[in-house]
Amino acid sequence: MKSLKNHISLIVALFTVLFSVQIYVGVDRTIAAYETRLKNDYSIIVVASKTLTPVEFKAMDSLIERSESISVDQVLERLEGEMSKKNLDLLRLTLPKFYRVYLTRFPTPDEIGKLQKRLQRNSAIQRIEGYSQTHDTVYKLMLLFKDVVQLFSIAIAAVTSLLILKEMRLWQFQHAERMSIMALFGAPVWLRSAVLFRLAIVDALIATVLLCLTFFAIDQYGWMNLLLNTVGIEIKLFDFLNDSLRSLLIALGVAIVLTLTIVIGHEEEE
Amino acid sequence: MDKVIIAENLSLSYKEFESIISKASFSIDAGSFVFITGASGSGKSTLLKSFYGAIEPRAGSLVVGGVKMNRISTSKLNYLRRHIGIVFQDYKLIKEWTIEKNVMLPLIISGYTKEVSGEQVDKLLSHVKLGHQAGKYPPELSGGEQQRVAMARALAHNPILILADEPTGNLDEYSSQVIWNLLEGANTQLKTTVVVVTHHIPEEMNVPFKHFHIELGTIHEIA
Repeated sequence: MKSLKNHISLIVALFTVLFSVQIYVGVDRTIAAYETRLKNDYSIIVVASKTLTPVEFKAMDSLIERSESISVDQVLERLEGEMSKKNLDLLRLTLPKFYRVYLTRFPTPDEIGKLQKRLQRNSAIQRIEGYSQTHDTVYKLMLLFKDVVQLFSIAIAAVTSLLILKEMRLWQFQHAERMSIMALFGAPVWLRSAVLFRLAIVDALIATVLLCLTFFAIDQYGWMNLLLNTVGIEIKLFDFLNDSLRSLLIALGVAIVLTLTIVIGHEEEE
Repeated sequence: MDKVIIAENLSLSYKEFESIISKASFSIDAGSFVFITGASGSGKSTLLKSFYGAIEPRAGSLVVGGVKMNRISTSKLNYLRRHIGIVFQDYKLIKEWTIEKNVMLPLIISGYTKEVSGEQVDKLLSHVKLGHQAGKYPPELSGGEQQRVAMARALAHNPILILADEPTGNLDEYSSQVIWNLLEGANTQLKTTVVVVTHHIPEEMNVPFKHFHIELGTIHEIA
């Protein structure tokens, strides 16, 4: 019973570490997907005095993916009733060219500033609208969210690691007599500590399986995906192959490093 | 005759405290039976500890089984301990392990196969008349029986040296006699060197023995 309690304590602590890491990975994945979506939707408007080809645009900055010309016909159509055809033709000739420029990725506010400066070097370009104000707010909000989650994950991982260390000390205390007796008969450190390592590895495996089951349940239940779909994001919240492998490595890493700390710190009884 | 233990001007102390044993010179022959006696706190257990490396010489030199004990490395110490059998007053059995596994411990450490270990353990448990108790755990046995298990464990790997620290200190007369017989048997039949720390030497010893007495930190051989 006591042994089971010790196992559960370590498994819960390891599970918490893995869960916090997975949440961070999930948030990171969500933000990356949201960035892609923003990138696809996001474009800047360029007003030029002469026609600019997509090749010319791409040559101006590597961040530019493509450009398309905005037809002025729709605007002029609205004016048809109010202006004569002659004046409309004249206006058509004097109107500048409008372009929608798409980027390769969602830019940072700094990148937008630099891009605008580069575009302005072209004498044909008269005005650029980057919607930087709106863009800045959304982007900064996203980064803030990401940082908060990251800090939260680190804090949880640190606290639970301390808990695991404490739990391991209890283990060491329980196994100290056995380890000392084995040492008296010349057992090397790895053999003396084999039980500790075995327990740590088994608990790491169990914690990983529990994490996989939890995220499998979340995935099956579907409410999280539904929530993400409402904001137009489709991601794999838990990639079973990669995420379970990473979680297993983290769990094993944490458990083994902490066991090593305990084993190295163990002093032989005289 | 080969020497299993050679001490020259050996001084022992716990950290910075005053020497418990000072400038002791003696040797123990291979295959001999040796008693070390002395009053409580005289340093006889400390001396025995120095033989299995639980305490390092503060000065002088100590060689056990050809291994120099001064500033001994962990790997050398482990190697030496794999050739020594130790018996303690409080038995030092692993409570969570069966009797069989406890006796098997030195063989597991020395890397013997399960088959070899199993045979050896069966033989030893029969020898100490505990063959029928193999599956039991130490707390289920009496003190005398636990000490017999400890004896079987000490003999399991055919050690060159058996060190016994007050092996009968907690036992009744009958159990004590059984332990003395086992130690004598190891010495006469297996030619194992036996060093016993004790308060009282049994009156009827069937093997020739050497007797060292510790008094005020010095060791005297008593003829």
